[in-house]
Amino acid sequence: MQVNEFKPLIVAFCCNWCSYAGADLAGNNRLNYPADVKIIRVPCSCRVNPMFILRAFQRGADGVILCGCHPGDCHYTSGNYYTRRRMAALFSMLDFLGIEKERTRVEWVSAAEGAKFAATMNDFVEKVTALGPNKRLEDLRCKR
Amino acid sequence: MHKTYLQEEIIRMSGVNPSKCMRCGKCSASCPAYDEMEYHPHQFVNMVESGDIEPLLKSESLYKCLSCFACIERCPRGVEPAKLVEAVRLTAIRKQGANHMTANDVPALLDDEMPQQAIVSAFRKYSK
Amino acid sequence: MQRVGVFVCWCGSNIAGTVDVQAVSEALKNEPGVVFSTNYQYMCSQAGQNMIIDAVKEHNLTGIVVCSCSPRMHEATFRKTAAAAGLNPYMVEIANIREQCSWVHKDMMTGTEKAIILGKAAVAKVNLNTPLTPGESPVTKRALVIGGGIAGIQTALDIADAGFEVDIVEKKPTIGGKMAQLDKTFPTLDCAACILTPKMVDVAQNEKIRIFSYSEVTDVKGFVGNFDVTIKKNARFVKEDICTGCGACVEKCPMKKVPNEFNLGMDNRSAIYIPFAQAVPKVATIDPNACNMLKNGKCGLCAKVCAAGAIDYTQKDEYIEEKYGAIVVATGFNPISMEKFDEFAYNQSKDVITSLEFERLTNAAGPTAGKLLRPSDHEHPHTIVFVQCVGSRCDSCAEKGKEYCSKICCMYTAKHAMLTRDKYPDTEVYVFYIDVRTPGKNFDEFYRRAVEEYGVKYVKGMVGKVTPEGKKLKVQASDLIANKQLHIDADLVVLAAAIEPDQTARPLATMLTASMDTNDFFTEAHPKLRPVESPTAGVFLSGACQGPKDIPETVSQAGAAASKVIGLLAKDKLTGNPCVASSNELMCNGCSSCERVCPYGAITYVDKEFRMPDRTTKVRRVASVNPAVCQGCGCCTVACPSGAMDLRGFANNQIMAEVDAICK
Repeated sequence: MQVNEFKPLIVAFCCNWCSYAGADLAGNNRLNYPADVKIIRVPCSCRVNPMFILRAFQRGADGVILCGCHPGDCHYTSGNYYTRRRMAALFSMLDFLGIEKERTRVEWVSAAEGAKFAATMNDFVEKVTALGPNKRLEDLRCKR
Repeated sequence: MHKTYLQEEIIRMSGVNPSKCMRCGKCSASCPAYDEMEYHPHQFVNMVESGDIEPLLKSESLYKCLSCFACIERCPRGVEPAKLVEAVRLTAIRKQGANHMTANDVPALLDDEMPQQAIVSAFRKYSK
Repeated sequence: MQRVGVFVCWCGSNIAGTVDVQAVSEALKNEPGVVFSTNYQYMCSQAGQNMIIDAVKEHNLTGIVVCSCSPRMHEATFRKTAAAAGLNPYMVEIANIREQCSWVHKDMMTGTEKAIILGKAAVAKVNLNTPLTPGESPVTKRALVIGGGIAGIQTALDIADAGFEVDIVEKKPTIGGKMAQLDKTFPTLDCAACILTPKMVDVAQNEKIRIFSYSEVTDVKGFVGNFDVTIKKNARFVKEDICTGCGACVEKCPMKKVPNEFNLGMDNRSAIYIPFAQAVPKVATIDPNACNMLKNGKCGLCAKVCAAGAIDYTQKDEYIEEKYGAIVVATGFNPISMEKFDEFAYNQSKDVITSLEFERLTNAAGPTAGKLLRPSDHEHPHTIVFVQCVGSRCDSCAEKGKEYCSKICCMYTAKHAMLTRDKYPDTEVYVFYIDVRTPGKNFDEFYRRAVEEYGVKYVKGMVGKVTPEGKKLKVQASDLIANKQLHIDADLVVLAAAIEPDQTARPLATMLTASMDTNDFFTEAHPKLRPVESPTAGVFLSGACQGPKDIPETVSQAGAAASKVIGLLAKDKLTGNPCVASSNELMCNGCSSCERVCPYGAITYVDKEFRMPDRTTKVRRVASVNPAVCQGCGCCTVACPSGAMDLRGFANNQIMAEVDAICK
């Protein structure tokens, strides 16, 4: 058997107006971050149902990060406030389930913060890599 | 800018954030003891902010402040200069190492005309 | 099952440099639903687009996945391409393999791997796409302007100029607002009435403009292009269309001791009154709280002297319902109350006044006919102290003042000081300031003139205490430059009070579902790029309701708001964003969770009949989304406990499918 270095599977939800544009800017500036991060575009961070995050963990994601506009800058005026509250509730529950706090995160990244996006992703991947694979919620029946 | 130990100590003791000051001078405008003072309330705030505390420790101003708190009441930014004065005063007294007045000295000094506030303020000033 | 076509773009070497495009298109060929997969150098080029169109026709594609640059770049392009091929434009999904893959990953293998996964996610999503059509709604080609100050007047005139009908709703008996109360205007010193009253007359004479004075908006329903507004016309007990404004009733009215609000209570008016000579509409109004006839049925003099027979003591409040396509908020400002600032003795002395009161004192139509006299004893003041920033820039006194800079005080104080020195060179004028803020065309020059040519004494410092003593006001203040405490015996103290939004703004914002900041100023859709629009579509902002503003700024913003309104009203139909929320009525339990989180008020509840299996019908309360108002944030979809609410284009199952594809 080949010994593989652990590569985490990271799902990133990015709001269309700030963070997704921030990720694009990171690309425009050729700022590297690990390929383990896969971005899903949503109109607003408040579109992210806690179910999506649970689903990702269930399917074997090792970390889930949610990026939105800075508080007060939401394109839809108040969406990210809801995100903040919902995720605070969800994350404390995940903690209770034994999913380490470091596997989830909410981060505010504006469309101008390409460098912050890349730095955030580097940091997040590093933290999740250190934690190792997520076994707690993974449902092996989903793996064919 | 790096804060000196003394400066941080005074800010901590007083609970005042001198950088909130917008230099309007309403404290000095309100101060009834203004003319008695070497450093006026607005200068006091400014000097603590810039870490220039040694001259304040030596200044008479510390004992001229009436602790009437008019500056606290009127400051539009909530800076509370009188609390800074008190913190510097306490620092000076602690450095000197001895009380200038004890509770036993008070009855002899009492005067019917003297407001209660003055006695309280005397204690604030002269004891540790 | 969809028939999906995958098109992988090289973007020259931008993508092909770190992603093996051939491998990507090969790998995606085996994904469910994919019937065609290819790659090409520049997918966005004409040749690339033609390639897509041909493939759609040849392979009967129902969905398209383009693996290329960011959807923020070319999603619109490829949607057009799809439309040109006869497909619904919303059957296109983009996998971002440039900005989020090839440009940020150096290694060919990892880049290719990630690109394949992103492509798989897009395929998984497009498999669940449904054709979407943007909703259309008609536009009522009329506008409502709420507030009849200079902001409202200018907006209304500009909209009417473009040929659209406008209604102005003003809560006072006349339009004109704060500007009508001013004496001169900085920095050119033209008289406010001379430049405002012609505009008021223009409004009155414009056939396209209707004025609802002494009226207020009580209800707003509907959405952009289709607002239903209820306007309450308060009973003024005078028939507006008959009254000629001759003023005979005002003269004869025996009840003459009512504080005159137009002069800020510094003189009296009668119970029946016309606020000022140039009022528009020039119609009398009876104050029901002062009129003897209305209070106890004794008097009736005004009805007797009215030659036109316009007085009607039985008049009732009237509710009018109107339809509008756009609403402009121009509710303006008020100076804050000085009652709480004990140190300035505003309550104790009549000679401590606000700047707006000073404005009336110097106005030729004011209580002193323009002579500067002390309100207490009508003597000429010789020493005047102006205090700036009273209640502005307060951090600690949230219950007393405001945190923001009121912006206009520096300039009007300079104006007052200058004019006083000009008219009465024997007066000494002090201005106590924290900072003098004069960023405006010819503003700083104006302030310097007050100091250099007119000899106004500007003192850097603040007034700490004002004590009335005999006829004088003892002012204790600091001079920070001289490092002295000053004691001035003043005759008049003028406070530059902070300004705040009108108190009607908050309830109005609730009616309009327009958002406000913590200071009750209306929030703009974007602070830089959309400064005259509210985040609520169809609601526009004009003047000081959005933030402190002087007259030139207000007028330019009013014009900008008008041009936005004209742009909206010029359209016959509004096309919406099809990616909006929609509720599955069978699953909705009517809990109101979604309604509460919607920032646009797009969700309402309707009672709907449902046929039950036993052929009876049952009425249930269910959510209904107005697609013209919904902006598609999706907040409601998460709030919905029964899973009835979903967002088109970003549906729950689509995002789940993407998650699954990525996590495989």
